[in-house]
Amino acid sequence: MSRPAGTKDVDYAQSMAILRTRFEWVMLIAFLIFLAVVPRIFSPETVDIINVMAIWVVGAHGLNLLTGYAGQISIGHAAFIGVGAYSTAVLILQLGLNHWWALLLAPIMTGLVGMVFGLPSLRLKGFYLAMATLAAQFILTTAFLFAMPGIVGGISGLTVPFPEIGGMSFRVPENLYYLLMPTAVLMTFFAKNIARSRLGRAFVAVRDNDLAAEIMGISLFGYKLRAFFVGCLFAGVAGWMRVCYDGCVRPDIYPLMDSIWYLGVIIIGGMGSTMGAIFGAIFVRLLHEMVLVASPALGSFFPPEIAGQLGSGLGLVVFGVVVALFLIFEPRGITHTWEILKGRIRHWPFVFAPG
Amino acid sequence: MAEKDTVQLSIEDVWLSFHEVKALQGVSLEVKQGEILAVVGPNGAGKSCLLNVVNGFYRAQKGSVTFEGRDITRLSGHRIAALGIGRTFQSLQLYTGLSVLDNLMAGRHLLQKTGMVAAALYFGWSHKEEIEHRKQVEWLIDFLEIEAVRNQTVGSLSYGLRKRVDLGRALALEPRILLLDEPMAGMNRDEKEDIARFILDVHEMRGTTIVVIEHDMGLVMDIADRVTVLDWGQKIAEGSPEEIKTDPEVIKAFLGEE
Ligand SMILES: Nc1ncnc2c1ncn2[C@@H]1O[C@H](COP(=O)(O)OP(=O)(O)O)[C@@H](O)[C@H]1O
Ligand SMILES: [Mg+2]
Repeated sequence: MSRPAGTKDVDYAQSMAILRTRFEWVMLIAFLIFLAVVPRIFSPETVDIINVMAIWVVGAHGLNLLTGYAGQISIGHAAFIGVGAYSTAVLILQLGLNHWWALLLAPIMTGLVGMVFGLPSLRLKGFYLAMATLAAQFILTTAFLFAMPGIVGGISGLTVPFPEIGGMSFRVPENLYYLLMPTAVLMTFFAKNIARSRLGRAFVAVRDNDLAAEIMGISLFGYKLRAFFVGCLFAGVAGWMRVCYDGCVRPDIYPLMDSIWYLGVIIIGGMGSTMGAIFGAIFVRLLHEMVLVASPALGSFFPPEIAGQLGSGLGLVVFGVVVALFLIFEPRGITHTWEILKGRIRHWPFVFAPG
Repeated sequence: MAEKDTVQLSIEDVWLSFHEVKALQGVSLEVKQGEILAVVGPNGAGKSCLLNVVNGFYRAQKGSVTFEGRDITRLSGHRIAALGIGRTFQSLQLYTGLSVLDNLMAGRHLLQKTGMVAAALYFGWSHKEEIEHRKQVEWLIDFLEIEAVRNQTVGSLSYGLRKRVDLGRALALEPRILLLDEPMAGMNRDEKEDIARFILDVHEMRGTTIVVIEHDMGLVMDIADRVTVLDWGQKIAEGSPEEIKTDPEVIKAFLGEE
């Protein structure tokens, strides 16, 4: 929380604001204008990658609130995103609602499902809770595959039409961007607001000292379940975004590996920080793209029977190495480095940052 | 302020044991509205356990706790807090990842009302509420003289400062009764006197009833209206500081400790 040397807050509202100086406002507006013109600047392929980043940012906010803030680990996040996606598909195809109603309802449905799978958190902590949420991943993806195939679509899933506004289809990446990016920006705003007010503090209280939290009037039962609800609500929005992006739901596109990647995202970005979730999501998606580019090139050095599997294998290795490096050298994630950098720039020309 | 003789908190025949350890053996205690009651006794006497039973952190195997006429023996911890019972801890139990300011803000959880939707939207209701409560918390920060560290994470603070933050968080709740578990333990004379001053000021300004566990008999004599002595899970004496000082049972228990 550092500002230019000499800047003082004049009232509590200013001291609580996210953006406290004119410079910060200018930067934000410049960034939003930049976001608005991204499809004009970049190629459709790049916009497509940014679209996926937007989805991951929303998903990461959810896991960050649940795990980073409230301390309730989840290894089932991708499956919850799947619940959001399936809810969206069923609401649209089987109940005949449009995409916008689905955006309102599917996240709530996902939040409720999340609460049910969050019930073990009232008894279990740490490793044991991790196992329980891992079970959620398998139960949910199995349900996508086998439960009510007439409605949910079984192994082949469901094909969902792309959303439209007044005849404009969001099928191509450049158009879809204008659906996904504003959603990500709005969800970032919500995530930050939750984090900085009563609910966010209660989450951290539960994470840092659950016994004290209860004695200080924060119902452990209530707030652990709220954490699961909110975290999965965000997952539900990400699931809705996935449907808009994929144009379908399938039981195999919300895999365990994605759940683990999501944990990597918040570790790399910095747990318990809204900016961290954004940094982490961008970093991890860039990493993913680099692996995609690198593996065919590397493949030429290996015999063909190995080269074929190199893509997925390399992804795992890179993931493991990068997460391990972050845990060892920068356990507070990219955000921490970012804060230090910001401090350096702002306190220039002073070497030492005051307070 | 209510009449001095109204019983606010009443503990009746409370028994608590952990396997073979008998922590409390039929302890009864009445705390009167607006008084400062000190609980003293050797280490392991059961003082902390007694507060933990009141808070609902431990469940007594037998006996009951009544607060302002309401039986709270079986109530969960956060419900008990909601009735207006604040607490500090002997071993620090702060939210280590939050700043001093946010620890105190978190202490006001029960006094705030913002729900999930209002929190997400922030502007309007939640913002207004945050400012309101921030004012109260800033007042407390000034009162406890911890302005210099208000934005630091409590994990990085010295022991003495953390003890103050712990007191601040309990005060932030604006409790009707404050249970303090060795708030001055491990401090030097000056620091102890600061804390004693805070306790007396709060008592005077807000009329808060205070139950304080403390080893330093000198300080106890200075601040307490009444003293209760526990030993081996039993109440062995109760009375004014002067009476306690000369009670042969008490002298025996304390000398036996040395
Ligand atoms: N959670 C627990 N499990 C087992 N024994 C406990 C527990 N809490 C307290 N005790 C025991 O109960 C007795 C009273 O402890 P306590 O109330 O902390 O004493 P003090 O008067 O020093 O605060 C001690 O013998 C202690 O070892
Ligand atoms: Mg004790």
